[in-house]
Amino acid sequence: MSSVPTPYPRDTIIHGLGRGVINTICLMGDLFLFGWEMVGWMITRLPPRSNLWLCMYHIGIQSIPVILITGGFIGMVLAVQSYDQFKLMHMENQIGAVISISLVEELGPVLAAIMLAGRVGTSMSAELGTMRVTEQIDALRALGADPVHYLVVPRFLSCCLLIPLLTVIADAVGILGGWFFSTQVLGVDSFYYWHYSKNFVFAYDVLGGIFKSFFFGAAISLISCHRGFHCGAGAEGVGKAATEAFVYSFIVIMFLDFMLGVTIVNFYHFMQSVYPGVIR
Amino acid sequence: MNEPNSSEKYVIELQNISRQFGTQEVLRDISFGVRRGETLVIIGESGCGKSVTMKLIMNLLQPSQGDIQWSGRSISDRSTRELHRDRLRIGYLFQGAALFDSLSVYENVAFGLKQNTKLKKAEIDQIVVERLREVGLSDSISQKKPAQLSGGMKKRVGLARALAMTPEVMLYDEPTTGLDPVMTDVINELILQTRASRPVTSIVVTHDMSTVKKVADRIIMLYPLTRLKPDESQIVFEGTAEEAFQSSSPRVHQFVYGEAGDRIREMAEAA
Repeated sequence: MSSVPTPYPRDTIIHGLGRGVINTICLMGDLFLFGWEMVGWMITRLPPRSNLWLCMYHIGIQSIPVILITGGFIGMVLAVQSYDQFKLMHMENQIGAVISISLVEELGPVLAAIMLAGRVGTSMSAELGTMRVTEQIDALRALGADPVHYLVVPRFLSCCLLIPLLTVIADAVGILGGWFFSTQVLGVDSFYYWHYSKNFVFAYDVLGGIFKSFFFGAAISLISCHRGFHCGAGAEGVGKAATEAFVYSFIVIMFLDFMLGVTIVNFYHFMQSVYPGVIR
Repeated sequence: MNEPNSSEKYVIELQNISRQFGTQEVLRDISFGVRRGETLVIIGESGCGKSVTMKLIMNLLQPSQGDIQWSGRSISDRSTRELHRDRLRIGYLFQGAALFDSLSVYENVAFGLKQNTKLKKAEIDQIVVERLREVGLSDSISQKKPAQLSGGMKKRVGLARALAMTPEVMLYDEPTTGLDPVMTDVINELILQTRASRPVTSIVVTHDMSTVKKVADRIIMLYPLTRLKPDESQIVFEGTAEEAFQSSSPRVHQFVYGEAGDRIREMAEAA
């Protein structure tokens, strides 16, 4: 070993904090450059169709069972938790409204995204991480293929296109789950369930949720592929990459949910003040 | 690498190359070249930077310092498009074969052709079958996935994949590691056969002395920087296989004859 200086000669809490901040900034910068390279490829050359279909199958079709289960149980849990409160106010027939609005605006997109970060994101980062560890990513370069174009672009496109669709499925199944539990177990009248659902949920709410899920899909794919590409050596490195993919995706989903939620609400108020009644 | 200057001395040349990973220096100021048609074998202990050297040559890694030339022209002078085009003229057999898990044997061998040529499917099929036969595999395995193959078969499919693009330079990164003696000799024979059947320049990284004896025209030996003094050269030997076996240098002698010497004590002291 040559005379390379020790990287961190002092190791206090302040130094540790500083390192954490620098590492976070470096990570964000690296993620941005990674995303930029991917966007460059998307503009110049789309991936082979067969590759895209395969990714869509893995990300979209194979996620349907988990989305059905998640959506159904969210709807039923919402019914259980809301019923007593509504009954105290003799408003139990309006339970459909709270279930539907909660699902399409917030819980459907966020919980579907979190489930998919777990199922799809960790799988992508582990797969790409394994490819890195076993030199398959180097082999792609050696054979004249760009790994970002070949591996990341189809995953990104699949997530951006299919996670909103999966969110719609989660919303629909959640509302059905809520209806099933409310009417069959809690004794709510089916007519009122659908009546209040229809009267309180507007197209803007549904589209707002789908709009958010598009960003969640983009974040999940980008973060997961980035972690896979920068995975450490061996099985431990792959495991760490998968864990980081989920944790970072979760944090970013929460952050995006807040930011997009504020944006959507403010945009609604702005449009209502300028063009009253246009957005519903 | 059909550059205008065909009278260049070396097909591949490394000039004063250093490479660091974070704070760890792996290569320090190494220089060597490979002549057209020659088979250069790089030997050395694990961790001395052999595989890193191969990745630097392939431009899969960039040097921290120094310059690498392909056919007398620096890699850094090439545009991205030129780099991409010229890299296809180098075939790379990876240490673990690095076959794509999700693709079949056929798709692995055909990958480079599909990505970089406009050949018709029938033409690609023919090349794939020829390359598989060349490495002693029948096309009946072409629909198998890499997970269904033995270690030796994986290496041979990796070699067929690298040869499919008709490279002018072949890089073999530890081609016989993990193989039984018979399969080791099969791979050694395939390296010789590849060189005999086409005008290919080869660089082989190995610590298997049977491979060295069989395929090397010239050898260089790298030594781990951790065990060198700051002013010592990392290339501790350059010559033929016979010269390596007759070398009076204790470092070379210890490696080529596989002697532990004081290594256990040294490692314990280092730990």
